[in-house]
Amino acid sequence: MASDQSGKDYWLDRKENVARVYRGVWIACALLFLVEPLVHKHPEFAIDSSFGFYGWYGFACCVGLVLTAKVLRILVKRPDDYYER
Amino acid sequence: MSASLSPALLLIFGSLLAAVMRGRIRSAWLLLLPVAGFVWLAAIPAGEYGHLAYLGLDIVPVRVDRWSRLFGLVFLLAALLSTIYALHVKDWVQPVAGLGYAGAAVGAVLAGDLITLFVFWELTAVSSVFLIWQRRTTRAYQAGLRYLLVQLLSGVLLLIAAAVWFRQTGSIRFDHVGLETSAGWLMFIAFGMKCAFPLLHNWLQDAYPEATEAGTVFLSAFTTKLAVYALARGFSGTEHLIWIGAIMTAFPIFYAVIENDLRRVLAYSLNNQLGFMVVGIGVGTELALNGTAAHAFAHILYKALLFMSMGAVLLRTGTVNGTDLGGLYKSMPWTTGFCIVGAASISAFPLFSGFVSKSLILTAVAAEGHLWIWLILLFASAGVFHHSGIKIPYFAFFAHDSGKRCKEAPMNMLVAMGITAALCIGIGVYPASLYALLPFKVDFEPYTAWHVLSQLQLLMFSALAFSVLMWYRIYPPEMHAVNLDSDWLYRRLGYALTRGMTTAFIGLRSRVSARAAAALGFAVRRIYLHHGPEGVLARAWPTGSMVLWVAILLASYLAIYYL
Repeated sequence: MASDQSGKDYWLDRKENVARVYRGVWIACALLFLVEPLVHKHPEFAIDSSFGFYGWYGFACCVGLVLTAKVLRILVKRPDDYYER
Repeated sequence: MSASLSPALLLIFGSLLAAVMRGRIRSAWLLLLPVAGFVWLAAIPAGEYGHLAYLGLDIVPVRVDRWSRLFGLVFLLAALLSTIYALHVKDWVQPVAGLGYAGAAVGAVLAGDLITLFVFWELTAVSSVFLIWQRRTTRAYQAGLRYLLVQLLSGVLLLIAAAVWFRQTGSIRFDHVGLETSAGWLMFIAFGMKCAFPLLHNWLQDAYPEATEAGTVFLSAFTTKLAVYALARGFSGTEHLIWIGAIMTAFPIFYAVIENDLRRVLAYSLNNQLGFMVVGIGVGTELALNGTAAHAFAHILYKALLFMSMGAVLLRTGTVNGTDLGGLYKSMPWTTGFCIVGAASISAFPLFSGFVSKSLILTAVAAEGHLWIWLILLFASAGVFHHSGIKIPYFAFFAHDSGKRCKEAPMNMLVAMGITAALCIGIGVYPASLYALLPFKVDFEPYTAWHVLSQLQLLMFSALAFSVLMWYRIYPPEMHAVNLDSDWLYRRLGYALTRGMTTAFIGLRSRVSARAAAALGFAVRRIYLHHGPEGVLARAWPTGSMVLWVAILLASYLAIYYL
């Protein structure tokens, strides 16, 4: 069992609990899709009247953001003391 | 009540007086100043105070209307919270500079004319730089100098713009300016520099993370929101601002993802939040401008809260690098909680302040039919949750346990964070309190089932993306590095160009002077040859040769005459 130096146990220190959080996020997302038909929509454009638009758009944006940022890092990354040299 | 009691002067002179005070008296005095200013500004009826005619210019030092009152009040609130946060600081420079800076910012939003605006505009720069220099590192000193240069340059542009504006219109009143005149463009750029427009932005990410713990909290509130106010006053409905703002919301978040210094991550996300406000100004409808004002108000609070939590981490652990942190929730549970409130607010979770203010802007953009802008803002909303909402608390307080065990933040910091967090939640739960202060009447209901669901979908799926990328180790790890941004243009390229030009000039000068010396030496030697002691022309000539030459000359003359 993982424990702190002080001997105190923390819930998040256990691997299986981190996995629980991970699964929890999936379940929360699934629930948000499931309740969508129950809600009266007032979309702004045609595109966000489609089912689950905000969900997939948010997911796609974030994955795109991170992958683009990884490429950006290749281009702009310099050593920590770059400006001091 | 008169303008001589204006909260601007109260804070500026009051803070100077605090420099000679010590201990509890100084603390009490520092807390009293923003409270007194707040009460004054909340109570005074709308109108213009302290008119002055000077050299034919009509100076209006204090103009209170719904715009200036809203910004003035939130500035004074931020000044109070930052002062509480800085109470543990022993040196007198930070609180004095911080409150003087707040006073200058209040003075600038209350200014009814361009000259008063210019004076306070420059004063914000001069007073705030001490919050950076007080970090007392070489890096901070140099970043402070760069910050000061950019800020002063913006002020100089504003002064030139005011002079040209006066020539073109015969007035120095500060109302709608627009881009129809050259003065308008100059002013637009001056405001844009302070508002961190794309490519003019990098002073912000350069300087703010180098300031002291409390210094960054002060800095995050005033300068950029003063610029937002000035743009809203002078350029509402200017269409360029829609695209400028949209770019501002989008590009800084890429940097935020790969940045290691968590206060620099927050500086990038500050830039992104300014973008939302700038879009609102560009759209220019009552709903959009209300959105800008509301978002500025909410943003000042949650951004201060996030910087406060990172400042507490910096104070206790000596670093805010994502690489060196993690697991701090065990040592700093209160700070962790407050940070999460700030993160939820900036991410616009329902029941937190960002939700009720950003919805206004997004709805206004959609109402005008700007589909692409709306999609960019939605992308930026997902992105801000990704890097400010998740990354900041995750890398500082959770993630891999760094093994760092420290004390919880000092009591004054916790109190400041607690009040700020309560305000963030209060505005989110009861938005009517904020809506009542906005420039125009609000006819908007943020809490419809659809709004809440669509926002939750956007955020939870962003969280899912983060979780999946983390789970499969695709997420870029934090690392010690500098990421090149537009400041490279002056820190490297400009520097290299200047140095290259200097070297070239010195080389050219030495070559030219060597050539000149050689030519001069040659001339001197020739003259010496003929005129020197042994020179032909300096010799004593015999009379005989003289007569001979005269005879030759006369003979040739005769010959020519007869030809």
